[in-house]
Amino acid sequence: MEQLLGFAVPGVPYGCAYAVFAVGLVLTYQTTGVFNVGYGAQAYVSAFIFAWLVDDHAWPTWAAFVCAVVIVGPGLGLALDRFLFRRIPSSNTTAKIVTGLSLLVGIPALLPVVFGNQNLVGAPSIVFNPDTVYFHLGADVPVNGIYLSAVLLTVVMLVVLVLLLRTTRLGLEMRAAVESPRLLELEGVNARRVTATAWAVCGLMAGLAGVLLAPTEVTVQAQDYVTLMVAAIAAAAIAALRSMPVAAVVAVLIGVLSLTAQGYLPTSSFWYSAALPAFPFLVLVGALLFVPGLRHLDEATDPLSSVDPPPPPPAARVRGREVDRLVRTVYLALLFAFVVSMLTWMPPTWETVLNQGMAYSLVFLSVTLLTGTAGQLSLAQATLAGIAAFTAGQLANHLGLDFLVGGAVGAVAASVVAGMLALASLRLRGLGLALMTLAAALLFDVAIFPAQAVSGGTGGITLEPRWLPLDLFAPNGHAYFLVVLLVLVICAGGVALVQRGTVGRFLAAMRGSELGAAGIGVNLPWQRVLAFALSGALAGVGGALLAIQQTVIAPGEFNYQLSLAFVVIVVTTGVGTVEGAIQAGIGLVVVQQLMQYAPQRLQGLTFVLFALGALAYAAHPEGVVELEKRRWTERAERALARRHRAPATPAVTGRP
Amino acid sequence: MTGADRPILELDEVSAAYGPYRALFGVSFSVARGAVVALLGPNGAGKSTVARVASGLVPASSGSVRVDGRDVAGEPAWRIARFGLAHVPEGRGVFDSLSVEENLVLSFQRRGGRGQISASLAQAYERFPLLKERRQDRAGTLSGGQQRLLSLAKVLVVPPKVLIVDELSLGLAPGVVDDVYAGLADVRRKGTALVVVEQQVDRALALASSAVVLERGTVAYYGPPSGARAAVEEVVDRRARGRAQAASS
Ligand SMILES: Nc1ncnc2c1ncn2[C@@H]1O[C@H](COP(=O)(O)OP(=O)(O)OP(=O)(O)O)[C@@H](O)[C@H]1O
Ligand SMILES: [Mg+2]
Repeated sequence: MEQLLGFAVPGVPYGCAYAVFAVGLVLTYQTTGVFNVGYGAQAYVSAFIFAWLVDDHAWPTWAAFVCAVVIVGPGLGLALDRFLFRRIPSSNTTAKIVTGLSLLVGIPALLPVVFGNQNLVGAPSIVFNPDTVYFHLGADVPVNGIYLSAVLLTVVMLVVLVLLLRTTRLGLEMRAAVESPRLLELEGVNARRVTATAWAVCGLMAGLAGVLLAPTEVTVQAQDYVTLMVAAIAAAAIAALRSMPVAAVVAVLIGVLSLTAQGYLPTSSFWYSAALPAFPFLVLVGALLFVPGLRHLDEATDPLSSVDPPPPPPAARVRGREVDRLVRTVYLALLFAFVVSMLTWMPPTWETVLNQGMAYSLVFLSVTLLTGTAGQLSLAQATLAGIAAFTAGQLANHLGLDFLVGGAVGAVAASVVAGMLALASLRLRGLGLALMTLAAALLFDVAIFPAQAVSGGTGGITLEPRWLPLDLFAPNGHAYFLVVLLVLVICAGGVALVQRGTVGRFLAAMRGSELGAAGIGVNLPWQRVLAFALSGALAGVGGALLAIQQTVIAPGEFNYQLSLAFVVIVVTTGVGTVEGAIQAGIGLVVVQQLMQYAPQRLQGLTFVLFALGALAYAAHPEGVVELEKRRWTERAERALARRHRAPATPAVTGRP
Repeated sequence: MTGADRPILELDEVSAAYGPYRALFGVSFSVARGAVVALLGPNGAGKSTVARVASGLVPASSGSVRVDGRDVAGEPAWRIARFGLAHVPEGRGVFDSLSVEENLVLSFQRRGGRGQISASLAQAYERFPLLKERRQDRAGTLSGGQQRLLSLAKVLVVPPKVLIVDELSLGLAPGVVDDVYAGLADVRRKGTALVVVEQQVDRALALASSAVVLERGTVAYYGPPSGARAAVEEVVDRRARGRAQAASS
């Protein structure tokens, strides 16, 4: 008993940290309709600023607290609402998830740039002194300030928030605003202000959590960060994103159970080294599979959505025949010029860069197919690319397989994994599906890719390039370029054909409305598995080609953040079309390469582009590039119409 | 004009559009205090759009809308609601994720004042016993007709100055329709002006003090209810002829 206590009690602060974040996730979901995984990052900002003010600027603790928690916390929440989430239509689940995730990635990267590197370890504590032992549990289990702060914070926060949400007028209005701001306005309530208040409250809570938990050291170390996030998501998922008390209890249990198990299991066993880190993921996957409430997330739709005008048609749809021909000619000319330049005058650095861009385009095509056409959000596309890359690498190194053959095998493997992922999550949609794919990606990051047998451990795999038939071309010549070009043309054409064919229609129907699609006889499970498998294959092909070019592939190279970046990049430039994927791939590498020429201090700013991308996406869900293309096409159409002196027919007719 | 005989709702040459799709072209009519206006017209004529423009859900692209003498063009919907205009939209008009009681409380706490909530609740339950039975259930689990009843109960118990009801009786059982009409007559006695969009033309006209017939976003008839029947038939007729012509040419 004494021993059990000794192992379990240290788990309490962890459990409480998980609980505070789990409650925050439920809170933001209930009051703003956003599953804001960026909540953790918001907490981090306040903790960071608090420590910075106290340690570096010798502010008194209370003043730093007021600044970091009372001002910065809600302020950040309000800013997120004002500049990001307010612009996203409530029905656009993809945009909401992607924006939240890019906050999670972007904010921690931004802080060191603004404030310089900060060490949060040993952050000041405001309630109980972390080092003082206040009393003993049983005979000799010491309870110090860390435990007391964590428990106190969790309990107080839980009580306050439950009361706020369930018993106050504001709580009721917040929940109503999530479902339909317009219906709420008809009741005479300023829905915008209600939502802004909700964001401010969430921001305040996040700030409080960050500052109070920072001294416990659970929130501040990068490697703990993912675990923290996953445990919190898992607890929130078990509570079906509805009940804050359930989320809190589950979170504490996860913390206590992990540390207890860690105490009892022998350090050398498989259970200790592999199963323990995977524990929160397994809880999350279990919750996604078995909690019925998660299947009906985001189902309450705005009854007044019929008030909105329909979304504008894509550029290709408003093009008349003449402009269409012109655009095609330009595309062909561009392609021709591109191939000729690559084969003749392009400097080798840029050839490498552009080759890489084409390989990325292949991975992005997988997003186009899955998210753009079929409407399914996957946060595991980089993982799928990684699976193919490592498979191809291992086959090349161990069996001496030609890399192209190995790459094909890898693509098949990625496709199978994607198909299985789809099968496992058949009953999930929208947010649930996104979380499932995120869990899979994180599981691969934490438990599978680092394994010696998969990636060759920390050093990664070094590839000896083998090109059986293509060695005919000069060894360092344009062979790679030609291969990638060929594969890209085939795959892009394939995706375009799929989009236009029956399968594409089915997938598009599924994107529009799953219920409606099922009603016209679309076999939803099969279509979804098919979409995932095809997209897995595309991601795999791209991943294998990326790996060949790099020659060394490290385990951390295909992590969940990359998946996230992929989704953000593709949705920003235009998720619906094949050109969108290619623009995204080439654009990405060109920007990256140009950043190399930028001064050292700005190197870290890629994430700012990333955040801007999310922002642009929030404002124009069809993609910025697509938007501009439509505008220009419409302009061209109008110019043509004037030239023909025909009465201008507007692109869309006013009345039937 | 003195306050008492100033119309409670006035539309003056109102045009409106959904993005590039234009829906209203210079619609004018007014609703006197305590009056009942029946808003009629074929599908797609713009009846719902008129209701939405009046309540601020869709902005007017030109023209002016006055509620109780105040120009409300460009005002957000919540402010118009506070001026005393209530709009029961067509179709589902309740919060699915809230319980029946929470739906009622949400509405009463703004419009009735906090002290009145429990009295208003009691009144709502007395008048619509069905809501009392289901009061703890999520509104999303109610049937379409029951949801409709819930959204009407909100406005019938705490009457606004002017009430716009879109597709009043759609989806309600005949007995319930009688109850709702009785409720409307009741709030009208208390001084509420009504704008009723209704498929059952005769029933709406029996209650109305004047009628507006819309045709493709313009006013085809505006006058006493007695002439409205003929106007509606004419509009329908014209449409049928137009369609036949289009088909033959
Ligand atoms: N969200 C929207 N986007 C684009 N056009 C719309 C939208 N809602 C309505 N319209 C168009 O506006 C016009 C008027 O529609 P409205 O809904 O006001 O008609 P209505 O008279 O209420 O018809 P019904 O009797 O069918 O309810 C129609 O031509 C319709 O196609
Ligand atoms: Mg209508």
